[in-house]
Amino acid sequence: MSATPGERPKAPGLLDGPLSPLRPLRASGNLFAFALDVVRAVFRRPFQLREFIQQTWFVASVTILPTALVAIPFGAVIALQLGSLTRQLGAQSFTGSASVLAVLREASPIVTALLIAGAGGSAICADLGARKIRDEIDAMEVLGISPIQRLVVPRVLASMLVAVLLNGLVSVVGVTGGYFFNVILQGGTPGAYLASFSALAQVEDFWSGEIKALVFGLIAGIVASYKGLRAGGGPKGVGDAVNQAVVITFLLLFAMNFVITAIYFQLVPPKGQ
Amino acid sequence: MGVAVHVEGLTKSFGSQNIWSDVTLTLPPGEISVMLGPSGTGKSVFLKSLVGLLKPERGSIVMSDTDIVTCSERQLYDVRRLFGVLFQDGALFGSMNLYDNVAFPLREHTKKSESEVRAIVREKMDMVGLSGTEGKLPGEISGGMRKRAGIARALVLDPEVILFDEPDSGLDPVRVAYLNQLIVDLNAQIDATFLIVTHDIGTARTVPDNLGLLFRRHLAMFGPREQLLTSQEPVVRQFLNGRREGPIGMSEEKDVAQVEAEMAALEARGGDQHNGVGPKGASGGEAVPPQLEPTPGLPERKAVRRRQERVARMLHTYDPMTADAIRASLPADLLALADSGSYTPTAGAGREWRTEDGADLVVPDPRGRS
Repeated sequence: MSATPGERPKAPGLLDGPLSPLRPLRASGNLFAFALDVVRAVFRRPFQLREFIQQTWFVASVTILPTALVAIPFGAVIALQLGSLTRQLGAQSFTGSASVLAVLREASPIVTALLIAGAGGSAICADLGARKIRDEIDAMEVLGISPIQRLVVPRVLASMLVAVLLNGLVSVVGVTGGYFFNVILQGGTPGAYLASFSALAQVEDFWSGEIKALVFGLIAGIVASYKGLRAGGGPKGVGDAVNQAVVITFLLLFAMNFVITAIYFQLVPPKGQ
Repeated sequence: MGVAVHVEGLTKSFGSQNIWSDVTLTLPPGEISVMLGPSGTGKSVFLKSLVGLLKPERGSIVMSDTDIVTCSERQLYDVRRLFGVLFQDGALFGSMNLYDNVAFPLREHTKKSESEVRAIVREKMDMVGLSGTEGKLPGEISGGMRKRAGIARALVLDPEVILFDEPDSGLDPVRVAYLNQLIVDLNAQIDATFLIVTHDIGTARTVPDNLGLLFRRHLAMFGPREQLLTSQEPVVRQFLNGRREGPIGMSEEKDVAQVEAEMAALEARGGDQHNGVGPKGASGGEAVPPQLEPTPGLPERKAVRRRQERVARMLHTYDPMTADAIRASLPADLLALADSGSYTPTAGAGREWRTEDGADLVVPDPRGRS
């Protein structure tokens, strides 16, 4: 049997090596294809309600406390910065308003992103990675059950739901913390602080924060599951996967944050214009 | 009766590294086959390719008219239900107890009521000798029990093909003997096609109907057990006798001069017959030990007679030593048919076993005799 020209083995070229310019392209393409698979599997019945509830509870339990603890100093820092800044500018009456704006628009989505990626995503990735190297994922596929539908979809939806709820939590805790620091520690007037709340901020700011959180939850869940299901090479592989998942998620989340903020300013005119 | 699995010209590479190429073999329906091979020759990769977890670049794997290599994702999920797989450590779901693990495929794939599920799970747990441990978590039981539980889970959807990835790894010889007996008993009870990947020569010599050996990125040999057990092929001889002398090196192949020197030294000591006992049950030179029988009280293995008919038809294609060993195992009627020349040339053309209704059968109905 003579080999046809198409079957002749090719010498490895630039495109095959570790420095190939196509590698990042291929990796992001795989991630995107995985995301599409997940989206498609969302609509496949039966929906794994039990797994979804369990995962929501699990992701919430690993993120709520750290989120609250991070949100307090975050709100405080913003209050401190704004407190002195507004005094320098002579715009003390806007302290409360600016603080609410900063917390709702940026601080709470960012805190949510940090925690949903760092705590929720890493836990999801480690869980799936451990299952992968124990052959549980392969076993599931051989039993004719799609791990994407059975495991990934509930996790992604859970991390989206928890991200939205966390964003609300951070907003409340952040604004309360800001109030506390401004009024109690910096001697601001409670009435002025509260009255100026709606001077600059509007309800769309809150919605934009929630939409950001929803997208962050989606990305964190998908990247964590993608990396977890592709873990290999024993326990070290799981550790590497978790590490990469967190780093990739952070990069994507901050990029998305910029994009969504830019779109938001195009769509929603700032108050008072 | 289990289904046949036809593998044709299968080639698998990871990047530029070729694992094996042009693997062609047929797992005859209902028979037990063992795949041997030095570590790192891609036996597990072969297993994973069979169930479609890995995609080979070329070739085909056909069972029940579906080509696993090229079929769609949806077809793949359907055809996978014909498979039961025992992974190396059982691959039980760590968060569920044994009962839920075994019940899992039933709950996912069938609309059976919980009492029906319980009856089936009880039956399968009983088959593998695990009744009474349903409530244990996989982390709380021994490796042997995990493998048994993995087998029970693989059995629960009544598969046509069962694949075992190193069922002997991490077990003591007594437990391996029990597990081998369990495999033969299961084959007698459900008559599915079995493929076992292992390093254990004792298992390879006594359990299977067919043996195969992967070496140097190729399938070195695949055929009836007698063919490999009596083979003079240096690689097969070396592996089945578990000795250092021969073409298989520690990690790479050896050069020819060294192999020749080693073989000469081995011959000077008296050859394999006098080489003593090797590791992992390796011994016996080219002897063909009797095959394991099902436990008394269980039905006869239907595959035995089917295989006898099959090898009788192919008798003329084997070398004299193999043919002699096969003749010794055949019943008189098949031997007479083979000698009368009615099997030459092979009637089935690559399909030497008869169909379920016996349409392809030349001999009288064998049911009722051993």
